[in-house]
Order: sequence, then structure tokens, then C-alpha cells
Amino acid sequence: MTESLFFFFASLTLLCAIMVVISKNPVFSVIFLILTFFTISAHYILLNAQFLAAVNIIVYAGAIMVLFLFVLMFINTGKNVEGTLKRNMLAKIAGTIAGGLLFTVVVAALKDVTLGHPDPATYDSQVGMVENLGKVLFTKYMLPFQLVAVLFLVSMVGAVMIGKRETGEQNF
Amino acid sequence: MDSVLLIYKGIYILAIFGISLLIATYSTYFERKIAAFIQDRVGPNRAGPMGLLQPLADAGKLFFKEEFIPAKANKMLFILGPGIAMLVAAMSSAVIPFGDTLIIGETSFDLIAIDVNIGILYIFGVVSLGVYGLMIGGWASNNKFSLLGAIRAASQNISYELAMGLSLIAVLMLSGSLSLKVIAEQQTGFNWNIWYQPLGFLIFLICAFAETNRTPFDLPESEAELIGGYHTEYSSMKLGMYLFAEYINIFVVSAVMATLYFGAYNFPFMENLRNAFDDPVLGNNVVTIIGVAVMFAKIFAFIFFFMWVRWTLPRFRYDQLMKLGWNILIPLAILNILLTGGGILLYEYFTKG
Repeated sequence: MTESLFFFFASLTLLCAIMVVISKNPVFSVIFLILTFFTISAHYILLNAQFLAAVNIIVYAGAIMVLFLFVLMFINTGKNVEGTLKRNMLAKIAGTIAGGLLFTVVVAALKDVTLGHPDPATYDSQVGMVENLGKVLFTKYMLPFQLVAVLFLVSMVGAVMIGKRETGEQNF
Repeated sequence: MDSVLLIYKGIYILAIFGISLLIATYSTYFERKIAAFIQDRVGPNRAGPMGLLQPLADAGKLFFKEEFIPAKANKMLFILGPGIAMLVAAMSSAVIPFGDTLIIGETSFDLIAIDVNIGILYIFGVVSLGVYGLMIGGWASNNKFSLLGAIRAASQNISYELAMGLSLIAVLMLSGSLSLKVIAEQQTGFNWNIWYQPLGFLIFLICAFAETNRTPFDLPESEAELIGGYHTEYSSMKLGMYLFAEYINIFVVSAVMATLYFGAYNFPFMENLRNAFDDPVLGNNVVTIIGVAVMFAKIFAFIFFFMWVRWTLPRFRYDQLMKLGWNILIPLAILNILLTGGGILLYEYFTKG
């Protein structure tokens, strides 16, 4: 049951991810990206990590993709996309070679990967629950967690500084 | 045993779905009746006794109206928009506990569709998806007014989600759990969260109005300046779906507020009533059934409040809306978290020595 569900969601994820790239209309790309986040959340639920699944939906699908769509709506999509991107032969060949090389690197890297196999006898299936995740974050990974918080604060202050109205004649 | 539970869950989910649709249907009727009462009119009174069949007449009319799709609209997304709005609205009532447990024979039945330990995050995630229906529909209409409405909906939802999440954190600090069932169980009798979280409740209430696009925050569809906002181009049942989804959202958000702050199915002296029966099973069932009635009474009170506010307050200006969200509600919510944390520490200091 779990295995067939995994393969179902994995193929769905790949299909949606490919559709993100090959959709002509950027709005469809965004919608397929949202679907991809949903299928990834389904994988998290299969791994019994409900908190991660919910947060993935809230942060990515609920907030970040809304902003993506928000920006896309201001751009007049669907009309000039084809015209502005002049696709000549050289660009196509260069793109194919670069993509192929990247694919080779990924395959080569994945070939030697050894996956950790947790011992079924000692493995705690509740490790992904909120309580356990919180305890781990606030004890074992306290320092990285706090540093990430500081990093977020810095980026927030930076965003406010960029968005601030400047004094002078140039502002509106 | 397992199959009994599975069948029960299936029936229960269908029942909750039906009840939310029914309540949303009759919300339209009561909205018009309450508006009429506030404005000293009669309101709908032609279809059936006291106009009680008016929602059916409205739905029938909407179904038979011409289905119009603008020539330059993106057809697929234009149809997808109301569908997403409706789907997301109907999804969110799954984790709300409408009652305690009913004991029939040897089996006890929980009156909650899905008891996940991330219940409140589930609702939060689903609510944050609700804006896609408005955005996609508004953009696909290929109309400037619709686009403006869609953009307003998006920025408003994102802004108020932050304050809503922060006001929730204070409740979670008190309860120590994300499960709505646990939060409901902790508020036994009259020990409701509203006594500990008055400021948090106020912030949550304001954000709930903004998230459901109700007056005074209905700027995405403000007819004075945007004609109809995101649903300008919609007609027939697709328009009906948008309006219907709004009423389902009101029902769900009322249920969430009743669960988080007003003790869900708990009512004063419920323990006394439970102990008054000699048979513990009978006592439990009677208390549960009264609890379900109490829960729905609280939900209806909130729905009435939503309508009361709609016909009393004028609409915000857009800059005022943003200023309220970012400059007032978010700092207040952070202050509320600090006060709650301090209160919990003081309580532990004095009770545990």
C-alpha cells in the first residue's frame, strides 16, 4: 500500500515538475509548481512527518507562490514572451550541452550514494511529530536554529531597507 | 471493528459536508433577513413561508442563467477559479471537533472527522490556499477590474495571515498542542481560552474578517470602485460558487473561533450534569448531544456577528487596511505572545514554588 502510494506520488511529482518547465504560460507553471509542493507534502506524510508537510504547504504554497503569482499578474504574460526570447540555433545547442552535462553530473553523483538504512527494530516512527521535532531543534540543534533566526532577521531588515521610501526627488 | 469505524467516518464526513453546505445555503437567507431587519425592511418573503425557500429559488435561477465566458479570457483557468474556491472552502471543516464522544454499545465514536495532531496547521494551510481561487479567477477574466480585485485579495490575505498566525501561537503556548481535539478538551466547563486570551481573540477575529473577505475588509470585491472585483466577469453558477464559498468560509472560521477561544462543545456545569446520571454511558451521551447543540449555537452566534458587522460598518480604505494589518495587528500579536509567555512563567513560578 505505502509502496504503491509512494510510486504514485513520485511519478505525479515528476510529471508536475516537468510541466512547470515546459508550460508556455507562466501562470500554468506556477500552478504546476503548487501541485508539485502538494505532492512533496504527500511524501512527507508517507514518511510520517505531518508537521513538515503542513508547514511546506503553508509557507510555499500558501505564501511564496501567492507572491509569485502576484508578480506574474503585473507582467503582461502570454503575448510577448515568444517574441522577446530569440531562440537561435546556437542557444539551443548550448542549452542542450549544458543540460546534458548537468544530467551526467547528477547521475554520477547519485551512482555512489549509499542510503542510510534505519534499523526497523530501534527506529522510532514518531520522530517526525511536532513534539519530537521541537525537542530536537531546541536541544541538539539549538545553535544552528538560532543562527537561522538571526539570518532571517537580517534578511527582513534588508528587505525593509530596500523597500523604504528614500528622501529626495527620485522617490514617488 | 475497523470496517465499522471506517463506515462511520465516511458517513460522518459526508454529514459534515452536507451540514456545511446547508448552513452556507441558509446563511444567504439569513444575511438578507438580517440586512432587512437592520435597514427596517421586510426582506425575502415570497418563496415559501417567510421566504424560507428563497435560497433554493436563488440557486435554481443561477443554474438556469446564461454561462458567459469572456472572449479573451483564459477559459481553463476561468472555470478552475470558482472550483478551487469551493474545493478549498469545503476541505477545511474536516479537523474541527463538533462534539465529544458518543458511546453506543461497546464502541465510542469521536465526533471529529480526522483527528490529526497538526489540526490547526491543517486549517491554516487550507485557509491560506483559499486566495488562489480568487487570484486565478480574477486574472483569467482578462479584465482590469478583476485583476485589481485579485491583487487586492492576494496582498490582503498575505498581510493578515501573519497576524492570524501570531495570535494563534499564544493559544498554542497555553494548550501545548496543535490538535484541535486536545485544545477543545482542555477547555472543560467554563474554563474557556477567551478568559486568558482576550487580546489574541480580538486579533484573530479581525484577521478572520479579512481572510473571508467580509465587510469592512471586502476590498477585493468592493462594488463602489471595482464594479465586482474578482468576480466582475462571472455569471450563473460560477458566480454562485464564489459567493457560496465565502459563506462556507464564514461557517468554518466561526467554528474555528468557537473551538479555539469559546470552549468548543464545552458548557458550564457539564460535569455536574454528567454526574447527575446514574448510568455513566447515558450521562456521557446526553452531555455530548447537548455539547454538539452548544457548539452549533456558538457557531451561529459568530455567523450572526459577521452579518451584523457587515450591515453596520463601512468599508476600509486600502491604505488604512494595510496600515491596520502591518503597523497595528502584528505588533499587538507579538506583544500578546510576550504577555502570554510572561504569564505562563509567573504562573509556574508561583504554583510550583
